[in-house]
Amino acid sequence: MTTPVSISSLVKTFGSTRALDGLHLEVAEGEVHGFLGPNGAGKTTTLRVLLGLLRADSGTVRLLGGDPWHDAVALHRRLAYVPGDVTLWPNLSGGEVIDMLGRMRGGMNPKRRAELIERFNLDPTKKGRSYSKGNRQKVALVAGLASDVELLLLDEPTSGLDPLMEAVFRDTLLEERQKGRTILLSSHILSEVEALCHRVTIIRSGRTVETGTLTELRHLRRTSIDATLATPPQGLDGLPGVHDLSVDGTRVRVQVDNAHLDEVLRALTTVGVRSLVSQPPSLEELFLRHYGTEPTVDERGQTETEALPR
Amino acid sequence: MSNHLTGTWALLKLALRRDRIMLPAWLAVLVAMAAGSAAATIPLYPTLAERIKASETINTTPPVVALNGLIYDESSIGAIAMVKLSGIGAILVAILAIILVVRHTRSEEDTGRLELVGSTVIGRHAALTAALIIGFGTNVVLGILTTLGLIAAGLPVAGSVAFGLGWMSVGFAFAAIAAAAAQVAGNGRAANSLAITLLGVTYVARAIGDTAGPRWLSWLSPVGWQQQLRPFAGERWSALLVSLAFTAVAVAGTYALAARRDLGAGLLPDRPGRARGAAFLGSPLGLVWRLQRAGLAAWAIGFLLLGLVLGNIASKVGNLLDNPDLQDIILRLGGEKGITDAFLAAEFGLASIIVSVYGVQSIMRLRSEEANTRAEPLLATGISRLGWAGSQVAMALFGTTILMFATGLGAGLAHGLALGDVGGELGRVLGAALAQLPAIWVLVGAVVALYGLVPRQVVLGWVVLLAFFLLGEMGPVLKLNQWVMDISPYAHSPKLPGPTLDYGPIFALVAVAAVLTAVGLVSFRRRDIVA
Repeated sequence: MTTPVSISSLVKTFGSTRALDGLHLEVAEGEVHGFLGPNGAGKTTTLRVLLGLLRADSGTVRLLGGDPWHDAVALHRRLAYVPGDVTLWPNLSGGEVIDMLGRMRGGMNPKRRAELIERFNLDPTKKGRSYSKGNRQKVALVAGLASDVELLLLDEPTSGLDPLMEAVFRDTLLEERQKGRTILLSSHILSEVEALCHRVTIIRSGRTVETGTLTELRHLRRTSIDATLATPPQGLDGLPGVHDLSVDGTRVRVQVDNAHLDEVLRALTTVGVRSLVSQPPSLEELFLRHYGTEPTVDERGQTETEALPR
Repeated sequence: MSNHLTGTWALLKLALRRDRIMLPAWLAVLVAMAAGSAAATIPLYPTLAERIKASETINTTPPVVALNGLIYDESSIGAIAMVKLSGIGAILVAILAIILVVRHTRSEEDTGRLELVGSTVIGRHAALTAALIIGFGTNVVLGILTTLGLIAAGLPVAGSVAFGLGWMSVGFAFAAIAAAAAQVAGNGRAANSLAITLLGVTYVARAIGDTAGPRWLSWLSPVGWQQQLRPFAGERWSALLVSLAFTAVAVAGTYALAARRDLGAGLLPDRPGRARGAAFLGSPLGLVWRLQRAGLAAWAIGFLLLGLVLGNIASKVGNLLDNPDLQDIILRLGGEKGITDAFLAAEFGLASIIVSVYGVQSIMRLRSEEANTRAEPLLATGISRLGWAGSQVAMALFGTTILMFATGLGAGLAHGLALGDVGGELGRVLGAALAQLPAIWVLVGAVVALYGLVPRQVVLGWVVLLAFFLLGEMGPVLKLNQWVMDISPYAHSPKLPGPTLDYGPIFALVAVAAVLTAVGLVSFRRRDIVA
């Protein structure tokens, strides 16, 4: 079994900016893989390297068993890509764009096309210039999902969709997941990732910081404990693996590394526990910790240059 | 009303900041052209007799008059020096005004930037007003600098002032026309095309008015009004009022149109499109054809009409010659046929420059498709980069061929009908028009090369075109070395129709065009796709 997407030690620089700095990413066959990271972490740059639009500076990139730069055309017939920011031709209708992209990809399923247009409630006769952002996104989604391809590359595909359409997208993708389609989904919407993805990779500043199943990520992490004790506790902050400790009289709130739960619980029970709530960290907490506040490079790895007259 | 203008000042500063390089550069080129040709011409004709001889030769040569205009005082060195600049030069002034105003109105709407700006504390007419102020302000500065430049070059003050005011008035009129076009057209490109078409049509009207007549045709053109100011030839200041009145009316009309229209919309509503793509819309070539066929058809009709007009003038050129010296020369050159051929050759040369504009713009679409990220989803499908870019190159080559064909067809038909020999003339004239294509393709190739090598600087293509054009127009006036003028591909286009045809330069031009295109396409294949 080949690995549809396999990236290791990928580096891509734009001038003096290192947009990708040793990135690793593996997507297994039949897997829905969440690709997460703060704005400017390098998600779009990674996808563009995968599509052969950008040339890697160093590292190895394999896509569907081929080289995305040299075998671009042949590989592109086996995948569909939905960009996060869809620009359409002002005087082409949505239907024309869908058909054109499908044919250029080597054909699409007409039944599926009609069904998706119906489900996404898209008017295919409108011209590109009169679509809203959400409707432009739908055009790209229909074009991408109506093709019978091995791999879907989706770059924040639900940006601009209303909650109703987001639900439609989620259902559609769940069906694809059932069929065993391989999907790389870059997204910011955690509930979406949680509902759809088998595994996730979190990147930051062009580097992979975490990868694994959601359960693995959670378990490797900390547990948050909220306890009311018999008397105010002593010496908790001296224990290993204790983070964000706050003591308010007899009430203790603390984050504990799972490896050190035993010690902390023992310390609590010696004082006497009146009530205790413990929970795995929420996804938000997980991501916020990784997203952090350090400055990152712009998504496309370049600073805004002034528009030239065209 | 004043609410509608809130924020004009802020937009004005933004626009000046964006144009801080383009504006001074363009102004410098125009002023240097005017002052330079004045300084170069003055020592050429020191005596009155020489001036009168030169003026008569120009005034009795219809191709030259059609191209530039008449000299209204044959003894005036200023009138001789500036005739070219009041014709071709005024066109450049008009184009600057059009580009400036459309760039800050309609093109800003297209990108959605105006929406972003417009949601802040900005009145609904602020952008239009700011663009008009830039357009008018630039031309006031141009008028003043040109006047000073001409005085410094040694021309009389009154004439210099009249000439500066004349250029300014042309800029005013076309700034107003561009502003109106920006309201009527559906997007920036269409607004530019509309305004430039108006410039072309009125210029042709002036050319007919100044040569074959009737004379009142010259009064349909802002460039004509400028020439009726008659700088250095007993200035007629009242002609300025025509321009200013026209500008005022056009501006008032523009605001009336703007008040009726939504942001982003033209005056014509959008009709629904097809729900399914036509069968041919499945390849890059199909897409290029689908997107550009309507525009090409409109250009082709324009060039067919231009050809008909030129062919018609050409057949009358011989009758207009009343200079005995010149008639002798012409007889030696092969008689009346010689002069009509020379006229057509000159006009085809000019047409080839305008067709090059189509070609350059056509290749630049590659860059705008790439920068607007419309290329990205296409290149993520099973089409190759070569297929994508090559299709646009093919369209540029095909489009320029169609346009020169239309020009030649129109000229050949009109000329042949007038002579009663369509069968004999059509093929000859058509071939002459098509012989201009290799030089046009060199320009196309140059822009492809720029696109492949330095995609963000592809706008330099316009600079290259302008430079080649100016080399041809101003090179002889400024007495440049022949080898400098030979840099321009247009210098090597065969002067047809005419007695002889040398195939060497044609093959050389085609070879240069092919090499440039190949360099561009290969570089494009090897580089990153950049926004």
